[in-house]
Amino acid sequence: MDWQGQKLAEQLMQILLLIAAVVAFVVGYATASFRTMMLIYAGGVVLTTLITIPNWPCFNRHPLKWLDPSEAEKHPKPQVVAVSSKKKSSKK
Amino acid sequence: MHSFGYRANALLTFAVTILAFICAIASFSDNFSNQTPSAQIQILNINWFQKQPHGNDEVSLTLNITADLQSLFTWNTKQVFAFVAAEYETSKNALNQVSLWDAIIPEKEHAKFWIQISNKYRFIDQGHNLRGKDFNLTLHWHVMPKTGKMFADKIVMSGYRLPNTYR
Repeated sequence: MDWQGQKLAEQLMQILLLIAAVVAFVVGYATASFRTMMLIYAGGVVLTTLITIPNWPCFNRHPLKWLDPSEAEKHPKPQVVAVSSKKKSSKK
Repeated sequence: MHSFGYRANALLTFAVTILAFICAIASFSDNFSNQTPSAQIQILNINWFQKQPHGNDEVSLTLNITADLQSLFTWNTKQVFAFVAAEYETSKNALNQVSLWDAIIPEKEHAKFWIQISNKYRFIDQGHNLRGKDFNLTLHWHVMPKTGKMFADKIVMSGYRLPNTYR
């Protein structure tokens, strides 16, 4: 997922869980059935899991712009020069 | 939100926290229920009334208990525990409570009942103070919820008296 997709997924997760909780409580209270409330909430949690956790394409609409490989070759990484041989001769 | 595991963890934590809130609100909604329980207890017979070898009084009663506890049940009630206690005062103790009978009522349908039994638990005094004693029979109940706070209350019925001599 890209950054925008992550933000969208997190917001969606929070809103969906809150809605599931409210619906579950209202229906459970109205039907005077604790079991109904728990079942609706569990269903809501499973639904939210299916929507927000996998990498759906809708969460990847703003893909990151990685640097072009040809551009990278023009600016090579600096090389580390070995200094250990000088130190050994001074100790002796 | 960087990986499956991160999102799954966030979702699970949030879901369980909200579940705790739902259960707390469900328990709170119990405060708004209208409770009108009623009960009557009759002592049909005093089976025997003796002094035990150790010097303590013991009495055996046959009780007729009628109660309607249906209004105590809410959507958040798992069971109601009801018990009958004999309460009286002696010179040694300001309040003696002796449990005579109890029952667990798992469903609303069973909460309106009529039962005639001898006392389930023995009515033994600490001493020999029971002759001619006036006592109350109190029906206590504990409403045990599925989640949250347990409520307890009672109905006090007074006017019972034990005989003046052993039988």
